[in-house]
Amino acid sequence: METSENTEKTNQEFESRSEVSGITIHLDAFEGPLDLLLHLIKKEEVDIWNIPIARITEQYLEYLQIMKDLNINVAGEWIMMAATLIYIKSRMLVPQEKTEEALAEDDDPRSELVYQLLEHQKFKNAAEMLYTREEVENAIWNRPPADIIEEGNEVVSVTLFDLLRAFNEVVKRFESQRLMEVSQEEVTIEQKIAEVRTLFLVHNKILFSTFFAEARSKRHLIVIFLALLELVRMHEVFLYQKKAFEEIQICKAKETA
Amino acid sequence: MDTVELQAIMEAVIYVADDPVKPDQFKEVFPDESIETLEQALKNMVESFNARPGGMMIREVAGGFRMTTRPEHHEQIRAYLKTRPNAKLSMAALETLAVIAYKQPVTLAEILAIRGKKSSTALQTLLERKLVAIQGRKAVVGRPILYGTSKEFLIHFGLNNLSDLPTLEEFAQLAGEQL
Repeated sequence: METSENTEKTNQEFESRSEVSGITIHLDAFEGPLDLLLHLIKKEEVDIWNIPIARITEQYLEYLQIMKDLNINVAGEWIMMAATLIYIKSRMLVPQEKTEEALAEDDDPRSELVYQLLEHQKFKNAAEMLYTREEVENAIWNRPPADIIEEGNEVVSVTLFDLLRAFNEVVKRFESQRLMEVSQEEVTIEQKIAEVRTLFLVHNKILFSTFFAEARSKRHLIVIFLALLELVRMHEVFLYQKKAFEEIQICKAKETA
Repeated sequence: MDTVELQAIMEAVIYVADDPVKPDQFKEVFPDESIETLEQALKNMVESFNARPGGMMIREVAGGFRMTTRPEHHEQIRAYLKTRPNAKLSMAALETLAVIAYKQPVTLAEILAIRGKKSSTALQTLLERKLVAIQGRKAVVGRPILYGTSKEFLIHFGLNNLSDLPTLEEFAQLAGEQL
């Protein structure tokens, strides 16, 4: 608990310093302390199983200082690692009183860090492999999905009740408009179906409400409605709504041979 | 049905499918054929399809078959589509994903222990891109969330299943040589 408090304190110190110059850089998306250690080990060409801990610690702290000078917001894990390194260094300087149990175990104070570094390098390699695979996958295309239904693939199918309710609204709106009833201009369902088919040659989808816009009589409305039902039955169009009780869309069915 | 026609239909189904087609999905298309017949026909069809020097190939991805262009034509295809390569994942995201892929189901704390740094931003990206999914909670104090890879992960990296990934031992060996 105490260590985390200390880390927080040091963090605040770093941040208050950076306030002076104004710019703070966050390294969140970049390398972490283990990456820096791996970098130092490779650069110095030292043996991972025999890390010259004093030299590496010194260099690690130098980098930390550079980061501080550059106003990089040094996260807690960087300071934790510095503490770990200093702890290992001190343990290597002070001869340990060796109990039998400690002797039996691997008592090199560095070994835990070494295993951590190897583990980290292992996953860095795995990440490289994923990078290469992604590169290849980005270079190929599969058939683009037919975008009949626009984004937000969650759609709700329309029930007969939705349809009746929507039709009822259309009729009510028609009645409130009180358009003149034009003398018997007989349109049959077959004619209307033919009309809709022509319409869908140009459009992919039509709003339910606009579908009835050209109706001049209540009888005409009913004919259009029945034509729509017939087209749904024949799977030439399908109806959907983005959410329940939302405006119904009439959509041309996928071309299926 | 004779094999030639069967294979032609399989090819067509793979072409129209949005998702990789699994062999048992062909059983729905050909209920009268045995699964052995279908699998054999499918295998031969994919082999001969990929043997021809055409612009398309059939790949086994996420347990199914999908028709794609060939990677070597990417420059010309991009010139036609006038698109740039997709935004790639950052190294931090890829490392986090590697840990999840090999250690799943895994908690955020376990990822932190391996990477030695906070990984919540990277994890957020992976969740948003649906490459990683929540797989439940670990039965320990605090019941932390367990993460694992998704089907989208397999598709994104062109894998048929998780065992297509090289083993961790191979990377350990490599790490030993590098250090």
